[in-house]
Parts: sequence; structure tokens; C-alpha cells
Amino acid sequence: MPVSSYLLPYDFSPLTLLSYMLVLGFYGAALLRMPEQDRPGPGRIVTFTLGVMLCYAVMQTRFDYYSQYMFFVHRGQHLILHHLGPILIALSNPLPVMRFWYQKISPSVRYWLQPLGWIYRLLQQPLIASFLFVGLIYFWLWPPIHFDAMLSRQLYWIMNWSMLLDGLLFWWLIFDPRSPAVTNALGYGKRILLLALVAIPQMILGAWIVFSRGMVYDVYEVCGRAWPMPPETDQLLGGLLTWIPPAMMSILGILIVLRRAMHEDGKFPKSRSLAGGNA
Amino acid sequence: MSRIRLLWLIFVALMLTGCTGNDESWHGKDISGLMPELEFQLEGTDGNTVTPADSRGTIRLLYFGFTSCPDVCPTTLTDLRRSVGQLPEEYRDDVTTLFVSVDPRRDTPERLASYVDFFGDRVVGMTAEEPALRELTKRYRTTFGYDKPDASGNYNVSHSSAVYVFDRSGNARLLLRPGLSPEQISEDLAQLARESG
Repeated sequence: MPVSSYLLPYDFSPLTLLSYMLVLGFYGAALLRMPEQDRPGPGRIVTFTLGVMLCYAVMQTRFDYYSQYMFFVHRGQHLILHHLGPILIALSNPLPVMRFWYQKISPSVRYWLQPLGWIYRLLQQPLIASFLFVGLIYFWLWPPIHFDAMLSRQLYWIMNWSMLLDGLLFWWLIFDPRSPAVTNALGYGKRILLLALVAIPQMILGAWIVFSRGMVYDVYEVCGRAWPMPPETDQLLGGLLTWIPPAMMSILGILIVLRRAMHEDGKFPKSRSLAGGNA
Repeated sequence: MSRIRLLWLIFVALMLTGCTGNDESWHGKDISGLMPELEFQLEGTDGNTVTPADSRGTIRLLYFGFTSCPDVCPTTLTDLRRSVGQLPEEYRDDVTTLFVSVDPRRDTPERLASYVDFFGDRVVGMTAEEPALRELTKRYRTTFGYDKPDASGNYNVSHSSAVYVFDRSGNARLLLRPGLSPEQISEDLAQLARESG
């Protein structure tokens, strides 16, 4: 097979291609036009682009073919869509770019966009966000649902997009660059708690898949594998990918948030004590 | 906060309503609406092109395999033959089994013909060049792959182990997973044959 066919999508989705082009296009245009002091440095630009391109690669290249017909590759795909890609995007802090475009939107359009803001704030309630984050993993891995999702092209696309969007929401909540000391961003302690909280059910699910004796996800058996591989090996690898890397990413996230919290310690005057004046 | 909770409840309720509403019961997996209707253009064992029009009006059982298959394919085809044999007499001619070989390199028309003849009269053997097979399997969300050939040139082929059932109008209806008994398959086929007979 020629190299180009590995880079071309297995299942071409114009909407997906368009979305990625728009994201990169708007990001690039903002970089060129925004004032110097707001512009992200090269490190952040590379991180952002890498995160976006990773997600694109698992959705619109040959990788997608292997994710449809091998359970463990599918788990790798979701690891990138739900964890690694969004983590990179959130860590790159695209906030100045979003702010730049937000200021370009006319007030009347902003008025009509308000409901989006409400939905966003609802989904970013810490408990709802973590419930969604873990819930979506469990939902799509619930065997009957998983079976349907792998059989139906539509459901498959809904599954992948919902994982990506939810990943972006959750990791943005965790790595929100605004300091909770001066904005209403989530406090660092709560962020750490959430990361620990979501790690546990993921580990349980992964371990359950790893230690299951029977075939949990027979759809790969039913629909044929990309290459002949013993089903137990496929399931074992997939279970390990559900179990270990997400747990490691939670720990990594905790370390990053801790570092940021320590960095900011004493940087901002305690607003509450200033306001209260009784300290 | 209570408004949020209310919205959340509505959301969950909406999510759950999507999961119910299953009034027909089948032994196979109901795939109505999940898959596109039957459509293919393949080479038959006599060298002619075969399309779904050739078996119009019958219930079609689509199965992907290869004739050198050691166990899965013969077992499945035998089970299908037995389940068709157990149907009420009037429906026995209303079921066509479509056997698509995903190993066109080894499965010549002659080889395919003698293979499918072994499993009954209403079994149609078909194959095509690999790209056409890739297109067809992609349409039905399945795939196949080849192992490396051993010293004597034999190789294993991974393929779908399920049978796709299409009704008389060519709509995808059921997926028969391995493990169903011929009796169960027969009941499903009879139910399908009755509904649009």
C-alpha cells in the first residue's frame, strides 16, 4: 500500500475535516492579527497544533481503520480523543485566541450565543463534568452500546465526537489557566480532587476488562479483525490501555496543578481577607 | 441549584427513552436502522455478475468467509442449511444464502462453486477483486485480513463470523452472532418470512 493511503481517511467525513480546518484556520488567523503581548509563544503554538493534529490523525487517517477493527487500537484512539489531545490543547492555553475572536463577535450575536454559555457553565459544574467524563467512557464501553456503536456508522461518529468534546471540556476545567484566586475558575484543591476521583472508576473498568475471562466485546470477533490476532490478546491490551495510561494522566495532571498552585502561592493577596478586613 | 438538577433529570430521562421501545423479540441481534440496505456487485461462480436483484423478494443471508476456512465457515454454513431445512415448507425456497469469499486469490469460481454446492441449492458463491471486497465489507462495517503464508503457502484469513440477515425488501434486519442454534436461527427466519410473506 502506498504511503499516501495511510494518511488518507478510511471513512471520510467532510464535517470532521471542515471542523479541524476551521479550528486551525481561526487559530492561525488570530495569531497573525492579535497584539504582540497576547500572542502565545512558539512552545504553546506547537503544543496546540500537536494536540489538534493528534486528534485529527486518529479520526481521519488509516489509524481509524485499525480502531474500527481492533479493540486495543480503539482504546488507543479514545485515549487520544478523550485524554492526550485535549490535555495538550488545554495546556497550550488557547484562551487569548478565544478572547480575540470573542471580541470580534458583534453584541447582538453574542446575545444569541448566550444559551451556549449557559450550557457550558452547566456542563462545567465540577460534579457534572466528572460524571460526564467517566459516564461517557462507561456508556460507550457498555457492551450492548459498544456493539451498536461499532456497527452503525452514525453512532460511531457520534461516539468519537462526544469523546473529543467531553475531553476538551473536562481538561479545560482542570487546566484552566485563570487563577482561582482572582477569577471564578475552579480551585486547585478541587481540580486535584476531581482528577483523583475520575481515575478510580477508569482503573476499575480497565482492570475488569483485563481480568475478564470471557469475551466482553465480541463485536470485533463478529466483524472481523484487521489482522488475525487472538481475541484474548486484543482484549487484554485494550483493557491495559483503559486502565494504566488514564491513571497516569490523572497523576500527571495532579502534579501540573500542584506545581501551578505552589507557583501562585503568595502571588496574589488574599482577596477575602482584604475584603473582610478582619484578618 | 435546583434548576440545574431539574435540567439534569430531564436530560437523563431523554437519554433513557432512546434505549427502550423494543417490541419485537429475536434471537439474533436486531440491526434495523443501524446498517444500509443490501447492495453489491460481485462475480458469481459462473463468471456472471451477481447483484441483489438476482435474489429479489427472498430473505438474504450474507456471510463473508473463504473456502480454506478450517472451522468457522463450514460450521456456519451447515447451521444455516439446517435452519433453512427446519423452516415451514412454504418458506424454504424464500431464503437465499450469499457466501462472499474474501480470499479471491485462492477461491477460483470452480473451487467456490463446488464448495457452496456442498451446503445446499440456494447458496450463492461470490467473490471479487480485493478493492471491491474492501468496499463491500466497509459498507457492512466489517473487514478481513491475511496472515503471513506458511512454508506450504497456506495462510489464515480473519473475517466476520456473523451472518447479516436482510428481509425481502433488502433492508438489514438481523445479525446472527456465532453461538445461535439452528433452531433459534430458524425461528428468526420464519418470523421474518411471515411478516412480509
